[in-house]
Amino acid sequence: MNRNRQLPFLEKRNYVRRRAEDAARLLPFLGGILLLLPILRNPIATPEHETGAGVLYVFAVWVMLIVIAARISFALSDRQTDEKGRKPHEKEHE
Amino acid sequence: MAKTVLLIEDEPNIREAIRFILSREGWNVETHSDGQTAFERTKEVRPDVVILDVMLPNRSGYEILQDLRGFTETETLPILMLTARGQTKDRELAERFGASRFMTKPFSNTEVLESVRELVGS
Amino acid sequence: MIGFNALIIVSVIYVIFLFAIAFFADQQAARGRLGWLQSPIVYTLSLSIYCTAWTFYGAVGYAARSGLEFVTIYLGPTLIMIGWWGIVRKLVRIGRTQRITSIADLISSRFGKSNLLGVLVTLLAVIGSTPYIALQLQSVTLSYAVFANESGTGTEAIDLNSTAFWIAVGLILFTVLFGTRNLDANERHHGVVTAIAFEAVVKLVALLAVGVFVVWGVANGPSDILARIDASPIAEWDLRPGRWAGLIFLSAAAFLSLPRMFQVMVVENADERAVATASWAFPLYLMLMSLFVVPIAVVGLELMPKGANPDLFVLTIPLSMGQDKLALLSFLGGFSSATSMVIVAAIALSTMVSNHIVMPIWLAVTSKGATVSGDVRQVVLIARRCSIAAVLGLGYAYFHYSGGGSALAAIGLISFTGVSQVLPALLGAIFWRRATRHGAALGLIVGFVVWCYTLFLPSIGGATLISPEMLEHGPFGIGWLRPQALFGVVGLDPVIHAVVWSMLLNSLVFCTVSLMTFPNPLERLQGMQFVNVFEHSANARGWSGNAAGAEDLLVMSQRILGPNQAQRLFQTIAQKQGKAGLLPDPSVDFLEQLERELAGSVGAATAHAMVAQITGGASVSVEDLMAVADETAQIMEYSSKLEEKTDELERTARQLGEVNTKLTELSVQKDAFLGQISHELRTPMTSIRAFSEILRDVQDMTPDEQRHHASIIHDEALRLTRLLDDLLDLNVLENGQVALNIEQTNLYDVIERSLAAALSAVESETLSVVRSIDQEQIMIATDGDRLAQVFINLINNARKYCDHAEPKLEVQVCLRENCVEIDFRDNGTGISQADQNLIFEKFSRLTDHHSAGGAGLGLAICREIMTNLKGSIDYLPGQNGAAFRVKLPLK
Repeated sequence: MNRNRQLPFLEKRNYVRRRAEDAARLLPFLGGILLLLPILRNPIATPEHETGAGVLYVFAVWVMLIVIAARISFALSDRQTDEKGRKPHEKEHE
Repeated sequence: MAKTVLLIEDEPNIREAIRFILSREGWNVETHSDGQTAFERTKEVRPDVVILDVMLPNRSGYEILQDLRGFTETETLPILMLTARGQTKDRELAERFGASRFMTKPFSNTEVLESVRELVGS
Repeated sequence: MIGFNALIIVSVIYVIFLFAIAFFADQQAARGRLGWLQSPIVYTLSLSIYCTAWTFYGAVGYAARSGLEFVTIYLGPTLIMIGWWGIVRKLVRIGRTQRITSIADLISSRFGKSNLLGVLVTLLAVIGSTPYIALQLQSVTLSYAVFANESGTGTEAIDLNSTAFWIAVGLILFTVLFGTRNLDANERHHGVVTAIAFEAVVKLVALLAVGVFVVWGVANGPSDILARIDASPIAEWDLRPGRWAGLIFLSAAAFLSLPRMFQVMVVENADERAVATASWAFPLYLMLMSLFVVPIAVVGLELMPKGANPDLFVLTIPLSMGQDKLALLSFLGGFSSATSMVIVAAIALSTMVSNHIVMPIWLAVTSKGATVSGDVRQVVLIARRCSIAAVLGLGYAYFHYSGGGSALAAIGLISFTGVSQVLPALLGAIFWRRATRHGAALGLIVGFVVWCYTLFLPSIGGATLISPEMLEHGPFGIGWLRPQALFGVVGLDPVIHAVVWSMLLNSLVFCTVSLMTFPNPLERLQGMQFVNVFEHSANARGWSGNAAGAEDLLVMSQRILGPNQAQRLFQTIAQKQGKAGLLPDPSVDFLEQLERELAGSVGAATAHAMVAQITGGASVSVEDLMAVADETAQIMEYSSKLEEKTDELERTARQLGEVNTKLTELSVQKDAFLGQISHELRTPMTSIRAFSEILRDVQDMTPDEQRHHASIIHDEALRLTRLLDDLLDLNVLENGQVALNIEQTNLYDVIERSLAAALSAVESETLSVVRSIDQEQIMIATDGDRLAQVFINLINNARKYCDHAEPKLEVQVCLRENCVEIDFRDNGTGISQADQNLIFEKFSRLTDHHSAGGAGLGLAICREIMTNLKGSIDYLPGQNGAAFRVKLPLK
């Protein structure tokens, strides 16, 4: 608490990491929903085939998920190193 | 020649009583209230009997008794110990340090006279 | 045109190259140069064994037949990997902290080290994987056949069976060499993983090369390809929602449950942070792998003659266009896909078979048990090697007897469904503390049976196991038991039907039974450690493989030595090793020291066996050990209770001793006091008796003499009365029973009265008194009579003891803030420092009795009075004479 009050900078970084964790938990659900969207398409209502567009949609979602996952991964692996770097320091205060 | 009794006792009234009793029977009584001077005088006067109180200022009667027994001149000197505390412990101590006789206050006058006579006679 | 023999030579060179890579990596690892071997890229690439020959060749065929649906097989793993924070990270952490060797080990270990569960999962994995291995052999064999056909060599010239056989032999050799080179505690195989990572690159490059060739070589770029797609039969494909969703789920489930995936993802994981990288890099790999699948399928369908196997388009398109080198690369890609999968699957399965089936049997058969730890390692190695041979042999046998026909093509999804039965138990293991082994076992069995009945047997066994009538009408004509329409649900795709029912019933049974049964203590312990793994394990970066061993040792030591002592011991050793925390590295020194410590409690032999069993092998159950530890702990507790009792007795004895000493002291004090009292009483009595006897017995006394003697008797009688009065007064004051008469009193009056009482007319002339009368005019609330008693005592003391030629007493009153001080100061020699401490004690008469005329109780009484008046009386040193200060509170 005290330390955070002295260093609001750290608290903000902490907050950003928490956000990244939340994003990491939510991302698979977002991906699942986006990838399951095609099943809502009614083949009778749209008789003309759109396989080409389907391919584009799936790959577009895929690339987007990869990019978001990469950003989260960088944020979180930064967090992990920081955790590791800070651990021994915290131990001293136990 | 009259026999000499050296009395070491700090209570003036008791001193006077003993002196009165013994003097009437022909004894030569020399009195002291202080243990240390009494010890010096004993070696000079060479009394026939010493009457010694236990509770004395500066030096206790037991200490004087021990000192007297430590010198060859006074080694066999008859010594009558008087004490007002009347506990068996005191009697034992007195005997251990070599008192010839032990009496508890208050005593009867005849008792004192007879004891002194017996000590000199023996 | 590449000849068949040239192809053989190329593959042999490729294999030798793989051997070299694996050998080099193992050498580097042995020298401790793990840097790049543990890089996230290698980890990500090793995950690519998910893409087997079935996906390398089969994806194009799948796309040619079912359009975009093939992509679901990649989407499931993508979702799992981008959701790594939830599941994969936890699996990896558990695997590291618990020294998990396989997925069967994880399930068995979590549910109380149940060997039954280990056997179940192992059997399921072997049954599910064997056809899959056969599929790999088939695809490699088929790819050889393609080249043989193209080069004009008759199919009859190369025996497909013997090709498959030799491939199997080669794979056994490679796997045994690099998979069981050493029985490392952490079960990691750097050589194999590195070779696989290399193969992953070859796969990707090969498929991308073919794709690029198709898009830019055959067609005219992306837009042309899109147009061709819409014009091709693939465009006829309609997305089937059930299969789309079901297959995404199935591939996700299989990705987590496949033994080989668990091997590379969890067991071979070197660095937890590699998972973070893989979370995006592996989906990227999968995306690239599937990027050109549809274009290749479309172009293949256009170019190749009708009836050509679309599963082999990746090979046949380049060959038909005369792109031999590209075809060769493509062949190596397929070859890589097949071999890497088979190798890792064989390692994973052999670990499971040897640990959960062979070793328990071996331990049961050899009466010596696990106490001969030296032999066990060799036995485990041999068991692993035999298991590898057996697993690959089984795959080859399956390939051989199923005839390598089209039946194999469907095996991918069937196999996925089979191994996915582990999923409920796996997720329960890491997220649900109250999941029990009964639930896990029954759920697995139910799922396995349903899978066999609805999918495996109807597809694989053919008509021999499940007759067409049975498929049509159900067993014994029971309609709702029809294998592909359970409970009357018709119209579902057979695979989805099997997935839904097997997973549903599996999970239902798992949860219900778990809710109805109780876990044993070991299960609860393990459950807590698995589910709360992030709270229990430090976030160490590397694979601290043996930390879990140290923790086990600590748990055991705590049971024997008691928590405090054990933790102190471990901490001391950890500090010596330069480590923070409680868990030291299990170095030889540490183990020896620990053994010695434990030997002090349980004897050397037992201690050795216990330590050896915890550190020695994964195959030995810790449960027995815990039982022994508990028994020992009970005995220790009993003896420590005895010790406690002894301590208590000692304590009591000590207290008794103290009380006794105190009593003895009190007794001595009492004796001394009685002696004093006796002395003080007897002394006047002696005089009285002596003189009364004289008066009685002596006749010839003058009247003066008689009067003198009588007056002595009178004085001594008064002295006796005084003594008795003082004693009674002191007793009352000491017991606080004194009745004080507090009233407003003028201090001057008290001093005046005291002086008058103390200095009788005769003696007042000798002692001159100096007063400060002005200051004395103070009103105080006190008991004037008692205060006067104190003053009289002090004045009497000055009168008796002041040895100056002209004795003088100074009475000085001084008003302070809350109190008044009255000082009595004479001009005598005073009291020596040593005696100053004694004067207030009872019978502490310092000089000659008679001159004092009291029993030495005066100052003791004064002190008691002042205490009762809430004031004090003290001796004032350094005043050129005896000086006392009386302090009284001003209310």
